[in-house]
Amino acid sequence: MELNNTQKKVLLQGNEAIVAGALAAGCRFFAGYPITPASEISEILSVKLPEFGGTFVQMEDEIASMGAVLGASLAGVKAMTATSGPGFSLIQENLGYGCITEVPCVIVNVMRGGPSTGLPTSPAQGDVQMARWGTHGDHPIIVLAVSSVADCFSVTVRAFNLSEKYRTPVIILSDEVVAHTRESVILPEPDQIRVFDRVKPDVPPEWYKPYADNNRSVPDMSSLGDGYRHHVTGLVHDEKGFPTQNPQEIKQFLTRIHKKISKGFQDIQITKNHHMEDAEVFVIAYGSVARSALRAVRDARKLGVKAGLVQLITLFPFPRKAVDTYLRQCRVAIVPEMNMGQMSREVGRVNQAGCRIVKHNRIDGQLITPEEILKHLTTV
Amino acid sequence: MLERAEIIRKEYLRHDKKFPHVWCPGCGNGIVMGALLRAIHSIGLSKDEVVLASGIGCSGRLPTYVDFNTIHTTHGRALTFATGIKLAKPELSVLTVMGDGDATAIGGNHFIHAARRNIDLTAIIINNATYGMTGGQYSPATPYGAKSTTSVYGHVEHAFNIAELAVAAGASFVARSTVYHASHLEQMIKKAIEKRGFSVMEIISNCHVQHGRRNKLGGAVEMINGFKERAVTIGKAEKMNPEELEGKITIGVLTDVEKPISTDEYRRIAAEAKEKADNITKAKEKNGIKRYEE
Repeated sequence: MELNNTQKKVLLQGNEAIVAGALAAGCRFFAGYPITPASEISEILSVKLPEFGGTFVQMEDEIASMGAVLGASLAGVKAMTATSGPGFSLIQENLGYGCITEVPCVIVNVMRGGPSTGLPTSPAQGDVQMARWGTHGDHPIIVLAVSSVADCFSVTVRAFNLSEKYRTPVIILSDEVVAHTRESVILPEPDQIRVFDRVKPDVPPEWYKPYADNNRSVPDMSSLGDGYRHHVTGLVHDEKGFPTQNPQEIKQFLTRIHKKISKGFQDIQITKNHHMEDAEVFVIAYGSVARSALRAVRDARKLGVKAGLVQLITLFPFPRKAVDTYLRQCRVAIVPEMNMGQMSREVGRVNQAGCRIVKHNRIDGQLITPEEILKHLTTV
Repeated sequence: MLERAEIIRKEYLRHDKKFPHVWCPGCGNGIVMGALLRAIHSIGLSKDEVVLASGIGCSGRLPTYVDFNTIHTTHGRALTFATGIKLAKPELSVLTVMGDGDATAIGGNHFIHAARRNIDLTAIIINNATYGMTGGQYSPATPYGAKSTTSVYGHVEHAFNIAELAVAAGASFVARSTVYHASHLEQMIKKAIEKRGFSVMEIISNCHVQHGRRNKLGGAVEMINGFKERAVTIGKAEKMNPEELEGKITIGVLTDVEKPISTDEYRRIAAEAKEKADNITKAKEKNGIKRYEE
């Protein structure tokens, strides 16, 4: 996003930037249940959505919120919800429904310490694997992470675009630090933002097959009430949307929902590299920890250490190719996380280069500091 | 009469894939489906403007067979999906079909809140006092003392009175009928759909396979005839004392009140908010200050 002189800086909180991103991406429906540290997203949207001709509703719980989000999206409106760990647990049931029925929507999880009620006002990154595997069954999912207020805006726009493009729920992982940090950012003009809308069918209604394969492996999606009457079910279904128990049809369907994501790997997997050109040791980080890592890398450079940072924006599908290049280039990879090693597991899984992987974990509700990472960078 | 049945069969059922249906012979769900289709037909709603959402269980399969916009959601959550649909596209007629376990156990919270919210939805609840598809376990509507696969010694808990629960939770319209009273049922469903606001239609149905057999209530015919014997109209019931009403099924309209509908109210306040925001934008532009689309 190029900046120009006419734009003004605005002071925003991470949660506010998510709202701005959602509205810019065309989100016009929000259903949620208040929870710290995600509540600001509901509060601001309750004010903003009516102004944009959208709808806000506070539901009785997170299961209901996710149901309402899916209903609204099926009716043709871009929809989202926002929650934190305990609420994210409840969302999982209908998240799976969103995956099998291929309903675009965005779920923001502002992570807090867990398990259970855990640490409501402290940052953590403990929900990474839950975002990937929280709901039951084999299904692909897109998980993105934000590390700054500017990210909150751009990644949210991206999340909506990906969900519309691939007809799938997209999860944004934020954390308490990002959510409540205020930074001055320059938001792009509306005409600079690329917005993707779901592809609608243009065939006569009697020809429409709501779950048919095509060259993108993403079926065209009609909205409720626009004449393409069909059946939507959480049961495994055939091309027409009717439940099936035919092994051939089951396999075809489940293979396709995986295929549509794997076809888009290049497009979905986003990483940001800092000082990686000549790096010998590097940090793989995401979320607020990536900010500490960047500082640590810069400080290490000053001390003569050839350090770099690969910041993951996409956590799942895991950006294997991007990471693999550097696992081959460097001798050590440091993976700092505010959990017991949920992402370092992924790094380890794809590490075929024999790169040494150093975990750095902190689970005491405190942000990992640049000094902690710097210590690794200068001693490994 | 036969002519109308023919129209409904040809017009509203999905013949391309979904028959025969999954229900047991003699199941009340078919009677409910027929009454529902006749009610929709007589109101004259177009098939495109009707959305039928269901939860899980035998009743959950009903939308599969009928040619509307149909959604088979997760267990107990039909009303949450319906709420999202109605809020996003208020011009649609949104109906849910749920079972007693679906609506009042796992979906109990959504049910009372949908009633409280008074959103313009129609909730049809088929009450057969058991979890039929899962194997005949007790549900929140299973009577005290009844036997089920999870209460083989007799049920020690008490049943919800679903219609009264809906009244207490604030539904605008609540009616009850049984699968014996097919014509009455159709009239009641019609009223429930036509009512603006949250309307609940409790339909007493038979599960002779799971509930009837274990409780020696006979087959489909005996159970359905039993509803005829036990039914009393609301008018009559008002003149009866509690002892006389013991074991009876009150049928008819239990509640019909007018109150603000949240869908309409939201549109109203949203329009006001939009107007206010637009005025501020206009004023700022006039003064040369650009407003950010945040």
